[in-house]
Amino acid sequence: MTRRADFQAIKPLLADGSMTCTRLAETCLQHINKGAHLNAFIAVFAEQLLEKAAALDRKRARGQAGRLAGMVLGIKDNLAWSEGATTCGSKFLAGYHSPFAATVLQRLAAEDALFIGKTNMDEFAMGSSTEHSAFGPVRHPEDPDRVPGGSSGGSAAAVAAGLCTAALGSDTGGSIRQPASFCGVAGLKPTWGRVSRYGLVAFASSLDQIGPLARSVADCAELLQVIAGHDPADATSADTPVPDYLAGLQRDWKGLRVGLPAEYFQDGLEAPVRAAVAECSALFRSAGAELVPLSLPHTSYAIAAYYIISAAEASANLARFDGARYGRRTPAPANLEEMYLHSRSEGFGAEVKRRIMLGTFVLSSGYYDAQYGKAQRVRTLLQRDFAQAFGTCDLILTPVCPTTAFRLGEKAADPLSMYLSDVYTVSVNMAGLPALALPCGRDRAGLPIGAQLIGPAFSEPLLLAAGHFLEQQLSAPPAGPGAA
Amino acid sequence: MNTAFEPVIGLEVHIQLQTRSKIFCGCSTRFGAEANSQVCPVCMGLPGALPVLNRQALEFACRLALATGCRINPVSVFARKNYFYPDLPKGYQISQFEQPFAEAGTMTAATATGDERTLRIRRLHLEDDAGKSIHAEVFVAAGETLLDLNRCGVPLIELVTEPDFHAPAEAVDFLQKLRQLVRYLGICSGNMEEGSLRCDANISLRPAGSTGLGVKTELKNMNSFRHVERALEFEITRQSAALAAGGRIAQQTLLWDPDRGVAEPMRSKEEAHDYRYFPEPDLMPVRIDAAWVEVQRALLPELPEARKRRYESDFGLPAYDAGVLTSEPSLADYFERLVRLVEDKKAASNWVMGEVLRASKARGCPVQELRMTPEYLAGLLQALGQGRIHGRTAKRIFEETLDSGLDPAAAIAREEQAQVTDSAALRALVRQTLAAHPEERDAWLQGKDKLTGFFAGLILQAVQGRADPRSVMALLLDERTAPSREGK
Repeated sequence: MTRRADFQAIKPLLADGSMTCTRLAETCLQHINKGAHLNAFIAVFAEQLLEKAAALDRKRARGQAGRLAGMVLGIKDNLAWSEGATTCGSKFLAGYHSPFAATVLQRLAAEDALFIGKTNMDEFAMGSSTEHSAFGPVRHPEDPDRVPGGSSGGSAAAVAAGLCTAALGSDTGGSIRQPASFCGVAGLKPTWGRVSRYGLVAFASSLDQIGPLARSVADCAELLQVIAGHDPADATSADTPVPDYLAGLQRDWKGLRVGLPAEYFQDGLEAPVRAAVAECSALFRSAGAELVPLSLPHTSYAIAAYYIISAAEASANLARFDGARYGRRTPAPANLEEMYLHSRSEGFGAEVKRRIMLGTFVLSSGYYDAQYGKAQRVRTLLQRDFAQAFGTCDLILTPVCPTTAFRLGEKAADPLSMYLSDVYTVSVNMAGLPALALPCGRDRAGLPIGAQLIGPAFSEPLLLAAGHFLEQQLSAPPAGPGAA
Repeated sequence: MNTAFEPVIGLEVHIQLQTRSKIFCGCSTRFGAEANSQVCPVCMGLPGALPVLNRQALEFACRLALATGCRINPVSVFARKNYFYPDLPKGYQISQFEQPFAEAGTMTAATATGDERTLRIRRLHLEDDAGKSIHAEVFVAAGETLLDLNRCGVPLIELVTEPDFHAPAEAVDFLQKLRQLVRYLGICSGNMEEGSLRCDANISLRPAGSTGLGVKTELKNMNSFRHVERALEFEITRQSAALAAGGRIAQQTLLWDPDRGVAEPMRSKEEAHDYRYFPEPDLMPVRIDAAWVEVQRALLPELPEARKRRYESDFGLPAYDAGVLTSEPSLADYFERLVRLVEDKKAASNWVMGEVLRASKARGCPVQELRMTPEYLAGLLQALGQGRIHGRTAKRIFEETLDSGLDPAAAIAREEQAQVTDSAALRALVRQTLAAHPEERDAWLQGKDKLTGFFAGLILQAVQGRADPRSVMALLLDERTAPSREGK
């Protein structure tokens, strides 16, 4: 597949008049039609998009357009938006129209981003393959028998296949980074609190974070620029200044310490993935960076603790879906209990039910300390691991996932093996840290491999610059890696 | 009541805060608005909405914590209390569990014997209120339930006492003092019927003289002080009968039925809650700055006890008067505006405790909204004190002013003018009246003193009150002793 132009490449074309927002929008819509089999979108706003694109071209002619004019965005369907439904990939919310819009979408719209549609996802963002959607599975753009990863699989597939310029996803345990890795695009999970969650339908509030998926790290930087920053409507959003991410992409790598955690390069890691990530570390070293072997000793407990904490929070976050006020309500229930039971049984898929039951169990009296309490202690230990690691390095380099995209149905019947595909991504959410996934090679089948850069809280400028550096080096002709 | 057992009672009080907006969103908290007119995505728990803590709710909690001597925790944590109910739109209440806002305070209340006693407050925390399910109204079809979510997200303080009460009357006195306190602090209307102050009670019995604790039951649905007292009395009787008969008490929740005067167990299903508390991830821990607490302390108003003592010392009022006048901050404010303008403090007290309270009750009008303002009343009391008008006239002018809202000065002047002060005319009227009732007059002259009042009444009636009763009395006595009368 040829590399598609990112927004940075489109901007000068828009500026010199050789490209218009309308033509960009039309092209994306054509690609959506061609790529209908991918099932990447739950809803497409074709008519509104063309109207808005035309209006935007007139606005641009007057020199009044925002910085994202020409950016055609896919929106993960767990972000509340005034157009269309906000379904979260669930039958429960089919046809649910949110009366308000997510803060990030308001900010993007204010900069004239165009929203092309709502992307498909694992139901309520619970999954790593986008097979758990009430609207059918999403297929990998390069191999329809494979999964695009998840839960932001629709967003990743849409960006990779050119159905939109970039997309928004949400990442609770790897839901931006893993599909970005599988589909060969860049994806950023910002520091918890960097981006307002207002309007993101919560899965696990203490882990959820909205972020961009794009064709380049620079596009991720540009999107983060717009969506980051304090929001009075989200009490957990940080009141930390937002630096200029695009301006900070170029920097000198001499003396940078790149940490390589032993626990992320052990058994189960496929050889081509290991080799591709090793290539990234070699690029850093040749640019003058220092490689620091280190340990994140509690990594092996991360998956178990993550699935306890995320399920616990999910069991409460999804309690509001009770059929009383909106969403699915079973017809003619005999009594209140039946209304709850049937509405939820009919509205939720198997994976969501599994997590709600797990979450309810780990919070139950008599089990709380041994399950939820212990998971919280593990979380503290994971945070401490990273804090110690960042005493000896500036950023950490790891694979995103032990494997490349797996086959549809390969893990769907075995939840535990599916959960284990998150082994390299969940710790980042448990520690609230930022992490960037970017394509760094391909396996023997030609499937994309992703590298992950993890940094301390609010180190997005460093991560984006490092990702941009790798991207430039990896796309340069093999003869002259230093020439890029 | 069986005196072989001593009741042990603890209270859980929900105090609805009079903040302008709700605890986690900007919606109004006004009571009695049209159903579902004061709601937004946050308090309706719509997908994607997030709570943001109302600073004023925190200030109110701080005021109550300071006024009850609680220790304010430097860090408190909101927690989710999970249960399903249609009027709880998020499926959980945002409350505080392991780390409440404040702990370990005290209040004083009177025991059954009238002594003041210190009662311990275990904890005080903030939480959001639920909405209302409406079933039993004419406009609700059978088998249907309607929801009014206006109350969702109205801030509450939950105050939990230690089990320090040993009689229903003690619990009620505590609640009355607490209501007085929250009204003084301006944080709650204290209206139990409207549900702005709600009380649940835990109660157990133990053999008199022992110190252990028996099995407790929880009483709910008591929406007045009287119901609290009746429900506790009912439960003491029920438990002591069961214990005296050698039975056991089952730990359960009982609902008070005020119409039938009985407390009956809730369905066990409704009761079997495992709330699965865990820290609320949408809100950061509340960090309390000591300097901020000091600012709040400086902003505390004068509290009921202090105000009562000041009334006794500064105005020389009896303890009873000081207690009544300071029972409500609005009444105390009224009295204070009045008392600064009049010399006779006791007269001011009598009028406020008598006429003013009566008028407020009869007209269903809060004292601060009476048209008879403290300033007007001061003028009236001064005129009365100077003998320019008499009591009956003053009361009539008081009523007139309540209706008209006009300065009583004009009415006082009018009455003064119309006063029959000419003693010759008055003496003629006295003689006329005596002559008109010869039998009574003779009895009176022969020593039946009670008839003095009879004649005085007739005379005052004749002048429609426009005469000084003291002059009338003087003239009557003069007539009785005057030698000229003998000669007739």
